[in-house]
Amino acid sequence: MLNKKNKTYYFCVFFFCLFVLFLYGPTFTIVLLSFQGPDGGLTFPLNGVSTYWFEELWRGGSVVDIGSAFKRSIILGVIVMVLTVLLSVSAGLAFRKKFWGSDTIFFATVASLIVPSIVLSLGVALQFRLLDDFTKWLGSTFDINYINEFFQTTLGMFTSGLGAQLTWTLPFGLLIMFAVFNRFDKSYEEAARDLGATPWKTFKEVVFPLIAPSIIGIALFGFTLSYDELARSSQVMGAGNTLPLELKGLTTTVTTPVIYALGTVTTFVSFSVIGISIACYIWLKRKKG
Amino acid sequence: MMKFLKLKPSVGLLSIPYSLIFIFFFFIPLVLTFIISFWDYNEYSIIPDFIFENYSYIFKDCLNFQKDMCVTFKTYLSTFIFCFITWFFTLIIGFFVAYFLAFYVNSITWQIVLFLLCTIPFWTSNVIRMISWIPLLGRNGLVNDFLLSTGIVDAPQEWLLYSGFSIVLAFVHLYTLFMIVPIFNSMMRIDKSIIEAAYDNGANGLQILWNVIIPLCKPGIVIGSIFVITVVMGDFITIGIMGGQQIPSIGKIIYVEMSYLQLPAAAANAVILLALTLLIIWIMTKMIDIRKEL
Repeated sequence: MLNKKNKTYYFCVFFFCLFVLFLYGPTFTIVLLSFQGPDGGLTFPLNGVSTYWFEELWRGGSVVDIGSAFKRSIILGVIVMVLTVLLSVSAGLAFRKKFWGSDTIFFATVASLIVPSIVLSLGVALQFRLLDDFTKWLGSTFDINYINEFFQTTLGMFTSGLGAQLTWTLPFGLLIMFAVFNRFDKSYEEAARDLGATPWKTFKEVVFPLIAPSIIGIALFGFTLSYDELARSSQVMGAGNTLPLELKGLTTTVTTPVIYALGTVTTFVSFSVIGISIACYIWLKRKKG
Repeated sequence: MMKFLKLKPSVGLLSIPYSLIFIFFFFIPLVLTFIISFWDYNEYSIIPDFIFENYSYIFKDCLNFQKDMCVTFKTYLSTFIFCFITWFFTLIIGFFVAYFLAFYVNSITWQIVLFLLCTIPFWTSNVIRMISWIPLLGRNGLVNDFLLSTGIVDAPQEWLLYSGFSIVLAFVHLYTLFMIVPIFNSMMRIDKSIIEAAYDNGANGLQILWNVIIPLCKPGIVIGSIFVITVVMGDFITIGIMGGQQIPSIGKIIYVEMSYLQLPAAAANAVILLALTLLIIWIMTKMIDIRKEL
């Protein structure tokens, strides 16, 4: 019936190919243009082929301190990834049974995905501003020397920035856990329990190996969404900007292919992470047999 | 009571760390935003108060019908138009991509591979994906080169980049995935024998699509639509970069007010934006139960 290779089939194949071209074409163009010769501009034609703009990027020439922004983004991405895995797997286990407050948490999870990011960013910024005011007030009222002399702000990458990003990555983690446990065969677990395994042992020996490939998926979401996150963290990163924030600034100021070189580098990092994750996923699936 | 005590340690406790993050970085910030939208402010600080000026300022001149439409209404109108056009295109494209994946790709492996192919860009940088349109759409870009060399136009087209067109293009480029995933999910749940039955009863392809597949995909369509509409409603980055910082949006107003430290004013705008977004979602969720769809 539907899988007959009729006209509709070929139309759909054509449509899909166009869509893939639409998805990847532009990225491919900037990768190509990042190898512009030294005299090249932001558009075609290529004036020779060179790695000049990558060297320029490496030297830090016309661009702000990209190296440290890059490092910050990677570190934050790894922390967000680890927390996303730990928190969403544990919450996912809890959600297998209804418990007090489970509906509220579920509501918050979905709401967090659809709340406009700028609203959330503003909210977190306000919260930390009040926290600052409160800390300063504590310092002056109780004459706490340490606060009065050294305290500047609670706002920062590993406080407000981390939290704001988690509100974006955790929902994906929990929803993946839901999808996993909705299709989970409970009989293995029951067998383990019947044989006298403790809950921890059941998790470690039975449940964890079964859900391990999906955990790779959660980790992938955790890292990549944090590494590219922009809207939610825009108001709450404090002094040090992450790479996407720097990039956004560069779009208005940089007029050389160095921005394409940077784009190529970050896209390469993203693709490597995705590739490694997919490889791990396949490996774990195979191992399970 | 005894039974209750025996149950501990409850597995529900495992959700506490997760919940704490949402209390501290989601509930409290939103509540604070609502409270501070009634506060007063000056150049350097925000002052606890209970005033409505932040709100009345937003709707200043809005009820005066002799004049042109006020800035707020104009901005919302422009945002709604972006929402609608983006929604339309992401729905059409997303639906057909999902349709192809679900019904025309027979092997599971290929289904996964092609699905991943659609998903991978979602895990890469949005800003990069936006600026990658510059070499194509710019004044000396490939599209203009092509149009000029074929003689279709005799001057470079300026509306291709930093315009409403490029904004919608970027939205569709970035967010069609939000439609594909839930619609594909709905399609995969359709029992193939239902389609078989319709076919055996003499329905043609179009009739099957319209009377069987689309109604059964409704939940996926609604979820996808919610994602796309909310993300466009609150956007300030895509509209900023692709609009050449010239086209207004609500998100942008909030962003600018924040940079001038007019925090209570930004909060009031945020409350209105959030209320409108929730209203749209509420209307849409009346149609389905999201929890059943996972």
